[in-house]
Amino acid sequence: MRWIATAPLAALLVLLPSFAGDFYINLASQILIAAIFALSLNLLVGYGGMTSLGHASYLGVAAYISALLTSRCGFGHGPAAIVSIGGTTAMAAFFGVIALRATGLGFLMITLALSQVLWGLAYRMSGVTNGDNGIAGLSRPMPFGISLDSAASFYWFALMVALFAYLMMAIFVSSSFGSSLKGVRDQPRRMAALGFNPWMIRWISFIYAGFWGGVSGLLYVYYNKYIHPTSLSVAGSAEALLGVIAGGSGTLGGPVVGAALVLLLKNYASAYIERWNMLLGLVFLFIVLVMPTGIVPGMSRLATALRRGSR
Amino acid sequence: MQFWIIQGLNSLSLGGLLFLLSSGFSLIFGLMRLANLTHGAFFMLGTYFGATALRSYSDLNIWLTALGAGIAVAAIGGLFERLVLTRLKTNPLGQVLVTLGMSFIISDACLLLWGGDSIPVPTPQNLQSPTRMLGFVFPTYRLVLVGCAIGAAGVLFFLLERTRLGAMIRAGVDDRQMARAVGIPVSNLFTIVFCLGAGIAGAGGVLGGPILSAYPGLDADMLPLALIVVILGGIGSLLGAFIGSFIIGFIYTFGTALFPELAYVILFLPMIFVIAFRPQGLFGRVSA
Repeated sequence: MRWIATAPLAALLVLLPSFAGDFYINLASQILIAAIFALSLNLLVGYGGMTSLGHASYLGVAAYISALLTSRCGFGHGPAAIVSIGGTTAMAAFFGVIALRATGLGFLMITLALSQVLWGLAYRMSGVTNGDNGIAGLSRPMPFGISLDSAASFYWFALMVALFAYLMMAIFVSSSFGSSLKGVRDQPRRMAALGFNPWMIRWISFIYAGFWGGVSGLLYVYYNKYIHPTSLSVAGSAEALLGVIAGGSGTLGGPVVGAALVLLLKNYASAYIERWNMLLGLVFLFIVLVMPTGIVPGMSRLATALRRGSR
Repeated sequence: MQFWIIQGLNSLSLGGLLFLLSSGFSLIFGLMRLANLTHGAFFMLGTYFGATALRSYSDLNIWLTALGAGIAVAAIGGLFERLVLTRLKTNPLGQVLVTLGMSFIISDACLLLWGGDSIPVPTPQNLQSPTRMLGFVFPTYRLVLVGCAIGAAGVLFFLLERTRLGAMIRAGVDDRQMARAVGIPVSNLFTIVFCLGAGIAGAGGVLGGPILSAYPGLDADMLPLALIVVILGGIGSLLGAFIGSFIIGFIYTFGTALFPELAYVILFLPMIFVIAFRPQGLFGRVSA
């Protein structure tokens, strides 16, 4: 049954560029990038119970490394991508060691402080990062000689990466390791008593989430061909977190839906009003006060209730 | 020599400002188990209030302005606590997200009302002339600011350690449920402490105005400093906030003066050390 429902959706996703205009194709590419980012954050927030407010670090650092290597150091896109993902993952490993000394609110504060440090660095270290001007004039890679410069080709590229990322994260959370992560989220003491190492489980998940955050950062810089310190800002982390929570943390579909909603809202709202940050804040208040469990769990609960009612 | 002395004084005055910011943050965190991410925005709101008042009435006293702005910010904080935060008592994560949302709303409202340009705040006229001491020249306002922070610390210590209200707050920090069980109105304490913390941050914002001036993004600059102070000093500890503020004041000022590009990295080194060897902070009573 599920396959029948999925097939039209898959066809729609693949064939989107054949009927939509460039504006919508680009919007869809941005949604795919935001979805990978939100999915990786959701590994921490939803499955690990570790609410990070510094996830933009991984997106921003991967994007900055790639931008610097390709524009300043003459690297090709292939090696630059490997170095940037590798560097971001190593940074996640290091940040994980620091942030996982604490749990709960302490974890949140440490991740926030670390990401603010990187944000400040991107602004102040203008000799390297070009400060507030950002780094412009970047190029997109050409995997197997195929140019990604048109909206449609980039969309298909992003779609492939996003599907792969979704699949890898779905495998991760449904694996026995994913179950132990959920166990550590709910009952860390019992898990420790059963012989698991909660710290190690959290740390590995943290690194894995950082890795996928880095992947979304690469796509982000390829898409925009430009990078600015705001990509590291707390607002970036907060938007992703809002997407995860609005969509439903701890589900695989939730962050995708949430990220799409936040992005659409941002795009349409900014066409009419300038005050995106204020709207973001108001949406935060609304979501937390009115739908604390998110849209996707809310909808599936509604669907179950309707099915019961119709019997 | 003059360089070291002046930078030392700058460190002390930044430390004093950080204490005004982080003492409230630390108290709120200790009592309510709430990382109040609106705190930087409260500070910025105070600075903008002060800038507007002091620029439109040139003979206005900065201390009265600080008091007034502190009360105004405390009132905003109190409303926020009563109307929003109390609804989320059982949802600590939701509380943090709401404070984050609120900080976006406040900082965007400031941008809307006061525009994107930085607004300098005039130094009070009677404190403009420099003080000469032991052959060195000091900016008087900064000296007064340090004294002011130490005075505020004294008042807060007295409030917490010597009064009935302070005893109730300390009981709430140490064991909230037990405090409630012996009849302490913990939920009223929450409002009082939240207002107090927001008010100190707002007043600190006014006093910091002549040094920092009011600009969009001031909240994002101050909040991480407060976070690092509290992580360093220990959550819920006034002494920790005091010592931590001056440590960070020194590190940040000298870091900015000597290695301007790396100031932010240097800032986070002491945090790593403390987290690695003493996760509850230097003077922490409760672990995060």
